[in-house]
Amino acid sequence: MTNSTEETGIKSILLITALFSIFVIFLIMAFIFVEGWPAFADYGFFKFLLGLKWDPNNNIFGVFPMIVGSLYVTFFALLLAVPLSLLCAIFMAEVAPNNIRKFLKPVIETLAGIPSVVYGFFGLMVIVPRVRTTFGGTGFSIFASGIILAIMILPTIISVSQDSLKAVPNSYREASYGLGATNWQTIRKIIFPAALPGIVTGIILGMGRAIGETLAVIMVAGNVSQIPSSIFAPVRTLTSNIALEMGYATGLHYNALFATGVILFIVIMILLLITNYVQRKYKMDVGGGTL
Amino acid sequence: MDKIRSENLNVYFGDAHILHDVNLKMPENSITALIGPSGCGKSTFLRTLNRMNDLIPTFHHEGNVYLDDTEIYDDNVDVVNLRKRVGMVFQKANSFPKSIFENVAYGLRIHGIDDEDYIKQKVELALKSAAIWDEVKDKLDQSALGLSGGQQQRLCIARTVAIEPEVILMDEPCSALDPISTLKIEDLMTELKKEFTIVIVTHNMQQATRVSDSTAFFLNGQIIEHGPTEELFVNPKEEKTEEYISGRFG
Repeated sequence: MTNSTEETGIKSILLITALFSIFVIFLIMAFIFVEGWPAFADYGFFKFLLGLKWDPNNNIFGVFPMIVGSLYVTFFALLLAVPLSLLCAIFMAEVAPNNIRKFLKPVIETLAGIPSVVYGFFGLMVIVPRVRTTFGGTGFSIFASGIILAIMILPTIISVSQDSLKAVPNSYREASYGLGATNWQTIRKIIFPAALPGIVTGIILGMGRAIGETLAVIMVAGNVSQIPSSIFAPVRTLTSNIALEMGYATGLHYNALFATGVILFIVIMILLLITNYVQRKYKMDVGGGTL
Repeated sequence: MDKIRSENLNVYFGDAHILHDVNLKMPENSITALIGPSGCGKSTFLRTLNRMNDLIPTFHHEGNVYLDDTEIYDDNVDVVNLRKRVGMVFQKANSFPKSIFENVAYGLRIHGIDDEDYIKQKVELALKSAAIWDEVKDKLDQSALGLSGGQQQRLCIARTVAIEPEVILMDEPCSALDPISTLKIEDLMTELKKEFTIVIVTHNMQQATRVSDSTAFFLNGQIIEHGPTEELFVNPKEEKTEEYISGRFG
């Protein structure tokens, strides 16, 4: 009797805590939607979404350049970070001797622990001036932000990918070597595909971090709200837009910033749905997957 | 004729001396069974024959292993080519998380064959000779992981057969299978020995008597007795062999 009371007790406690975290998330979402609503209702949803000009002083709120900015910066970061981190993860999981792996792992974990302001500062002092002297312009650019973000998301993608490579059963390696495959053939054709669902998860996590990162981007992006003409042009992201103006915004401007949050939320949801779809499709292709 | 033979083979993992002066001749187109209690070194010996032990960093050896008359541990021997000639089937069916077709095609592809028609033919042939074609011919593009354990093991045999090895090593291929699947694989082995030389590690004494032509009894890293299977089981020369096959230890 006592046992089953204890069981139900623990079950309800777990249920309550789970419901509580979900409740908090919904509360935040509701709050953002409610606060952002006037901007959609009074200003017009499509005018807000597709407007090219952001001029709070004249009550003009077009968020489109920021959507483009966020996507540019995120994809440029992924473009740099994904190949680099996958090769690094493959090296660490499959190639590196134990002592090198033992050295690399904590180094990469430390990379994940550095505060974003430090990355931003590094970008501001080191990368921006070099971009300026090498490619012209001010140096505050998609290019600089992409580099900083790429460095910031490296550790996430590397460690998740590495774990999923390591989780590939050894029997696959043996089977492949047993058939006369080389090390590289085994990695490329057996281990990497088997680990791919986990690797995609790592990339999604990295993408989430890149699109959400605010401070470091503000410091190197230039924050001009216009559709960038090249990757060396300054850019403003959705998150930067909120952080830069929240301190003094009132009235419709205040609502417009929350509405920016809503848009950010929608953009992230769309990206997640796409990757989820791709992942599921891939899993079906290989039949069940393994991870 | 001896297809593969070891001469004074000693194997070490680090400081542990696993195999002691193993001399064994495995004749062509026959099935050699390796029996003995767990930890006696028979799997290690098997894995020495296609250099799978090379994957273990602490492995080193003395003595020789000859495939035909090539010493397989010679510096100029290409391990990749060796493993193509000496295929292996593992204890647990380890089909890749790919389609049934691609599981068999994989071995061909990695050896540089890209003619799709030729691959199709080869895959069909291999699946037929592994006696699994009829069960899978309508679902070649489905995942291999959906097959039963016995089917997967036969798929793994097909995968090995497809690259046309000369020797097939089997490491307790039936230990995870039910009696019916086991019988199927045993029948298959008798069929396969017409074309291949087979070396099988087994814990199942009946299996050794049913399928093998000669048997070697391993104990503590040494070969205690080796001879034609019937002789060894009916009339063992060594007391230890007799004790083991009558089930008094092991």
